[in-house]
Amino acid sequence: MAINWFKYSAPSTFYALAGKLAPWFAAFAAILFAVGLYIGLYVAPTDATQGDAYRIIYIHVPASILSMFIYLVMAGYAALGLIFNTRLSAMMANALAPTGALFTFIALWTGAFWGKPTWGAYWAWDARMTSELILLFLYLGFIALHASIDDPRRADRASALLAIVGSVNVPIIYYSVRWWNTIHQGATIKPTGVSMEATMQKALLAMFLACWAYAIAMTLWRVRSIILERERTTQWVQEMPEAK
Amino acid sequence: MSFSEFIDMHDRGFYVWSAYGTTLLIFVVEIALVVHKRKLTLKQIRMMRDAEGEQ
Repeated sequence: MAINWFKYSAPSTFYALAGKLAPWFAAFAAILFAVGLYIGLYVAPTDATQGDAYRIIYIHVPASILSMFIYLVMAGYAALGLIFNTRLSAMMANALAPTGALFTFIALWTGAFWGKPTWGAYWAWDARMTSELILLFLYLGFIALHASIDDPRRADRASALLAIVGSVNVPIIYYSVRWWNTIHQGATIKPTGVSMEATMQKALLAMFLACWAYAIAMTLWRVRSIILERERTTQWVQEMPEAK
Repeated sequence: MSFSEFIDMHDRGFYVWSAYGTTLLIFVVEIALVVHKRKLTLKQIRMMRDAEGEQ
């Protein structure tokens, strides 16, 4: 039986779908976090050169990858909303922004605590770190711009433009370690493979999937509130059992 | 490995636990904000409906 995916582009049908999916993603996230943390912090061996400080990698790398990926997905939804004027796309972009901003902050924060014992400094105006900081400002700018305009549809259009223009920063972050001489190490996960010991790879994979599932769960739960807020005058919201 | 050795992380415990502790705090705050936002939105819908019912 073919699934009519367009059915879920309507906020009312997507609201129900998001409500069903979010707890599953949250449960997957909890299990994978437990597995990833156990392997990463307890089972995986100590790194030969960095000692145990390297264990920050299990949250730093997934958070960094997700900070960039969520931004691209957010910009993609914003562009869809701008081009096709679809209501749910803008709502999804708004739901993704806070989680993306938090993952960017986590990437910067955990990077600082990894940098101090390995480089001797919490922060350096290095190309990778500076471009990641710009990503945080882009997320905050997107959220602030949307919140500053009263008309939601106008706010969607204005913030969509910012998201689309800002997406040029993502390849800059990714390739910064190749384009410039930076103190930041090169990519751990490359198309040619992962330069890590097998147990470390397992922990990193579990933590990456956990962060992924967590981000999806949070976005789905957040978009449900956004849908309710923006569709509050419609009949289906008024007749919803939760609102009675 | 004893528990104190695990916490100490060969003298790198402060950096490792600060990184993971802050992440946990951020996740807890985000979950609390999402739950709070949902409660607030449902409350606003109920208030709006009640106000319309009185008119």
